[in-house]
Amino acid sequence: MAATSQPSHAAAPSAAVLPLSLVYRVGALVAALAFVGLLILVVGESPLSVLGALISGAFGTADQLGRVVNTLTVLLLCAAGLVFTFNAGLYNLGIEGQITVGAIATTLVLRLLGEALPAPLVIASGIGFGLLGGMGWGLLAGVLKVYGRVSEIFAGLGLNFVAQGLAIYLIFGPWKRPGVASTSGTEPFPESLWLGTFGRTEATPVGVVLALAALALTIVVMRRTYFGLRLRAVGLNLRAAHVLGIPATRQLLAAFALCGALAGVGGALQVVGNFHRLIPTISGGLGFLGLLVVMLVNFNPWFVLPVALFFSALNVGSLQLPLVLRNVDSTLSGVIQGTLVLSALIGRGLDQRRSRA
Amino acid sequence: MSGEQLLIVLSTAIAAATPLVFAVLGETLSERAGVINLSAEGTIMFCAMAGFAVALASGSVVVGFVIAALIGALAALVVGFCAITLRQSQIAVGFVLALLLSDLASFLGVPIVRVPGPTVPPLPLPLLSDVPLLGPLLFRKDALVYLSYIAIALTWLYLYRTRPGLTLRAIGEQPNAAFARGADVVRLRYLYVILGGALMGIAGAAFSLDFKAGWSHRHTGGYGWIALAIVIFGGWNPLRAALGAYLFGILQSLASVAQDQFQNVPTQVLTVAPFVLMIVLLVLTSAGWLDRLASYFPPATRRRLLQMLRTSPPAALGKPFEQD
Repeated sequence: MAATSQPSHAAAPSAAVLPLSLVYRVGALVAALAFVGLLILVVGESPLSVLGALISGAFGTADQLGRVVNTLTVLLLCAAGLVFTFNAGLYNLGIEGQITVGAIATTLVLRLLGEALPAPLVIASGIGFGLLGGMGWGLLAGVLKVYGRVSEIFAGLGLNFVAQGLAIYLIFGPWKRPGVASTSGTEPFPESLWLGTFGRTEATPVGVVLALAALALTIVVMRRTYFGLRLRAVGLNLRAAHVLGIPATRQLLAAFALCGALAGVGGALQVVGNFHRLIPTISGGLGFLGLLVVMLVNFNPWFVLPVALFFSALNVGSLQLPLVLRNVDSTLSGVIQGTLVLSALIGRGLDQRRSRA
Repeated sequence: MSGEQLLIVLSTAIAAATPLVFAVLGETLSERAGVINLSAEGTIMFCAMAGFAVALASGSVVVGFVIAALIGALAALVVGFCAITLRQSQIAVGFVLALLLSDLASFLGVPIVRVPGPTVPPLPLPLLSDVPLLGPLLFRKDALVYLSYIAIALTWLYLYRTRPGLTLRAIGEQPNAAFARGADVVRLRYLYVILGGALMGIAGAAFSLDFKAGWSHRHTGGYGWIALAIVIFGGWNPLRAALGAYLFGILQSLASVAQDQFQNVPTQVLTVAPFVLMIVLLVLTSAGWLDRLASYFPPATRRRLLQMLRTSPPAALGKPFEQD
């Protein structure tokens, strides 16, 4: 009797705590949706017609679905990388620059090798160099953090602007289109250097495979290896980890390198799979969006895929909003994504405050 | 470059730097109190849109500035609530707000894109504007620019020459010690974060109602991040931060002059400069190279040099306050 009552006794408080936590989570979601609905009413549209337009904008045609998949691949690569840096306790705000430098490296390789080698080889080395470029830019932020004691937040933001400046310089300077340079980017690559697609859509199988592999790798490394465990230890308490003999410096640098590498592959895909040239805004804000995804799932890699899919669908679906509904701007996607994450942060904070009290 | 051309460049620089001056003063106040308001990019953008919209609707530039300041304060209140009361990551909430408010500005600002609206009227100061060189440089501007001069002086005096200013610096450096000596750390942090947010709101309206009049998609894109970099470059000192803003203004106005000579390099490339300078300065000061450099100078000069170039952040910056 006593033996059976004990577990139920121990379970009782947690059973009481869990639903309340859930209340905060659902409450945060409802509050976010209510806020967005209100905004849509403010600009004079009905939330339902906006929802309809979003869904048909994202999944209406195979073409649009293809774009969702392409956005998702880059977003997944970034989010997977960010799981490493977040778990190491780092805010890798420099990820936009890591995508950009990856894209620049890929463009460089494609320009140099051009049609001198078989196309698949050129594309493969392009993606490889994209990886290296992103990794290098990530490591630069890491070295500044570890050896220069420059906060990765500000170094990262600064390096984003430097990378963007470099891209603009190349597009308007050495790599300008014959004739006149413009913000539309460099001369498009010949179709032989485009990544193959699913049928006539823009979605690329190579991108999908790379993104899913990156996510699987992240889950395995974070959950099943000593490296992941050490990384989390460093993230939880840098000093304690150091005292316990975990080489914190190496762990931090590895997190930057991994995240930069995955972001670099994302940048490479933007070039060989999406835009087929280098454009000034080659990252498309997907690095920052990746930060939002990983923050929303509280750094847990298992939930990255569904949230990233939802955010990608929002990005693509919102593009045609202004065409269908006069008063609704395509930035609604960013508004929804930001509101969801802010609301989740506040909900989580209130929940923690309650359990502290 | 002729003397007259130089004067034009400098004069344009002051106008270009004025919104940034308000932004860096606001961020400096907030960070000195221990809270990073990383939402600057979004706050400035949203307040630029809202300030312009309100001024357009009310026909009054002043009302536009007041509302922009209030909205900036409100955004800072959200940062403060999450950072101070909920003890969540300041970086997370600031970053999300930076993105959210930027997009929200574009979303709500659609009806006023490229609509002509009111601007701050020029107001040459009598007597002062006739002073040779300084007159045309500093005193043939508008009320907002003069207000920015006053704001710089007041912020500096408040921080370094008053008792509440001393307390402000204390809650950012040693919040526990300040608390032990009777400072209400939580309330004061809220106060300065909100005050800083109001200044950022003014910075936003300073773009849309004065220096870069009007509203368009991502009208103030990048300036919030630049302000954050300049605060670090300025070593959390309002005077140096303002100087940083003017330096950036000079770079910008030089760039538009240089545009004629280097036509294939767009001016955006130059916006990189403050970030590179910030990173270089941070590396130099934190890696001990500055101390080595200073050791070559006589002790008196050495202290001045270190004081001038030191960029150590407030010790409790970014950390939640937990009462022992």
